Amino acid sequence: MTEPDNIVAETAERIFADLADAQTINHDKSGAWKAPLWQALTESGLPLSWVPEECDGSGTSMAEGFSVLGVAGRAGVSVPLAETMLAGWLLTQGKIKSPEGMMTVAPAGPRDRLTLNADGTISGRARAIPFAKEAKHIAVIAGGSIALVDAGACKIDAGLSLAGDHSDTVHFDKVKPVATAKAPDGVDEKALLLMGALARSLQIAGALESMLGISVQYSGERVAFEKKISKFQAVQHNLAKLAGETSAALAAASSAADAFSHGAPIDDALFLEAAAAKIRCSEAAEKGAAIAHQVHGAIGFTQEHILHRYTLRALAWRDDFGSESYWAVELGRLVAKRGADELWPLVASR
Amino acid sequence: MTAALRFDPIRLPPECEQLRKEVRAFLADEIAAGTFDPHRPVQEDADNREFSRRVGEKGWLGMTWPKKYGGHERSFLERYVVTEEMRVANAPVRRFFVADRQSGPVLLKYAPEHIKMDILPRICRGEICFSIGMSEPNSGSDLFAAKTKATKTDGGFLINGSKIWTTSAHIADYMIAIFRTSPPTKENRRHGLTQFLVNMKAPGIKVNPIDQITGQQEFNEVVFTDAFIPDDHVLGEIDGAWKQATSELAYERSGPERFLETYYTLTELVRAIGSDPDTRSAEGIGRLVAQLHTMRRMSVSVAGMLQAGKEPVVEASIVKDIGTVWEQQLPHRVRDLAAFVDESASNHATLEEMLDFAIKTAPKLTIQGGTTEVLRGIIARGLGLR
Repeated sequence: MTEPDNIVAETAERIFADLADAQTINHDKSGAWKAPLWQALTESGLPLSWVPEECDGSGTSMAEGFSVLGVAGRAGVSVPLAETMLAGWLLTQGKIKSPEGMMTVAPAGPRDRLTLNADGTISGRARAIPFAKEAKHIAVIAGGSIALVDAGACKIDAGLSLAGDHSDTVHFDKVKPVATAKAPDGVDEKALLLMGALARSLQIAGALESMLGISVQYSGERVAFEKKISKFQAVQHNLAKLAGETSAALAAASSAADAFSHGAPIDDALFLEAAAAKIRCSEAAEKGAAIAHQVHGAIGFTQEHILHRYTLRALAWRDDFGSESYWAVELGRLVAKRGADELWPLVASR
Repeated sequence: MTAALRFDPIRLPPECEQLRKEVRAFLADEIAAGTFDPHRPVQEDADNREFSRRVGEKGWLGMTWPKKYGGHERSFLERYVVTEEMRVANAPVRRFFVADRQSGPVLLKYAPEHIKMDILPRICRGEICFSIGMSEPNSGSDLFAAKTKATKTDGGFLINGSKIWTTSAHIADYMIAIFRTSPPTKENRRHGLTQFLVNMKAPGIKVNPIDQITGQQEFNEVVFTDAFIPDDHVLGEIDGAWKQATSELAYERSGPERFLETYYTLTELVRAIGSDPDTRSAEGIGRLVAQLHTMRRMSVSVAGMLQAGKEPVVEASIVKDIGTVWEQQLPHRVRDLAAFVDESASNHATLEEMLDFAIKTAPKLTIQGGTTEVLRGIIARGLGLR
């Protein structure tokens, strides 16, 4: 497993190891483990990583914040850390102070648009909003403005992701925001979508690291036909392919995170980084989950085993902030528009 | 738990961008002068002496080597840029590529000083061509199975046996080869192989070309009959070549040439599809570009590790494994998408011709430089499974 490369990521790693380990979660079907975990995350300031200190946040760099998302992916647990970080980031762009508690963002898909009415209220519907039912606030981008909305003021139809996490439809019926601000240039629905896609890419890559780790470990424990299954060449080759997919996901996601850490305006090259990360990580999730389950045999398919925490989330995260099909169409159109002779210069631009 | 897989997001430094411009300008001039056609990967003239010399004049051979051997003491990342641009343009690199990538670094590490002083500057000037003698009939990726013998004689060794699948042996001036100097021991199968510098013009060496299904001729069988190699042409340790040969392969495995060999089909597909693609075509192109970008970022990352003096054997094997599987699948995916291209597209004939060639090329891509199965074994070892 990748070692955390900074103190912020180390803190996150420690909190997840202490409060969201496999035993704790498996022995507590009620979900009561989530409250102390969130409390510890909050006390460490991680949910507001991207909020500057003068706005009561942690003032962590973009890069360190991205590494926290990798750690969150490796933990594969059901708390809105990524969503609260994204919300804090968005609110900060509008210089709106982040409130305490869990947050999420809207819209979270390419087809939903929210409207800022002349009277300052917000209308519209946003689907598949992660953790909307659990969040206290929603950070919204609508019509060139950023707004902070009390989740209680919205009608929320509960839904569940593939992994069983809240993925809800939020109806904004002339909702009056707690605060509104004009979005600066370059911060719009597309920018939020790209940031969300990047966050999910990092989480998927992290989940793949865990899938690889527990699959390798299990292959060294399980004996079949009088041998550890890790000694079978076919199993070794499957795990080598899983390592390849994990590497591709890590490379694509960390490259995009690095590109976004420099805060440049979103140009074609930056778009390529984020779109490619979401596409490639999603493809890796599909191939990786299949291999991890194959190595684990039937045990991996049970609720008792922790494998589902990573496989189902990695697969579910493919759908948030634009699926790989969506980003592939967008990227393909961009490439076509630039023309054949501009493809290589785009790929080689960094 | 498992080995840490690291693919740090290395960026090419600014000097690389300047260099990239220079390489592109040079290649544009060469194309304009008719040296090669970038839209025609089926190069009858892939072996081009004059082009090789001009690349040498530009200072793009032996880029990372010490100046006293004619090198330029530049970075691996700068060399990486030159390789990328040459590959993407389908430039005729055959004469110098192996020497620059692999043979030179081996000589630098293991050859005696007078040989380095003699040969390395000539590689840097683009004057000489190298081939690599590893595979033998019935050995291939299984280096331990190599049988061709080097028998000690006065002042050197006599070679008897044959090598096969040796790319460019028919045009090569030298070969770096491994031969058996003693049998493997019970304790160590890896024992008994020695690496040699072979002058291909020496008596007792016969090169038999092997035609490929693409219609090209790159591979050869090389037969040695009492061919003499002097003592000072031994590279490294007698009987200890196994480790040398495998570390050499890290250079062969992760470079841009390991995912760009069929790249031209993607460019031509984008051209044929035009600026306003339907949804299916757009999605197909988008996925392929995302995969290409990811491969490249992985490959740059490994180049960065080589630059930092690390030996990223597992990472390089991963890049080679998924890179060659990707470049093998690419022409087939392009074919899927090309099925819906309007046949009146101005480049349709070129696309068809390129696809025909790429699909014929594809089967070898996962074999050269270590088969997929061997690479997955190395990765599995890195994961602690063996």
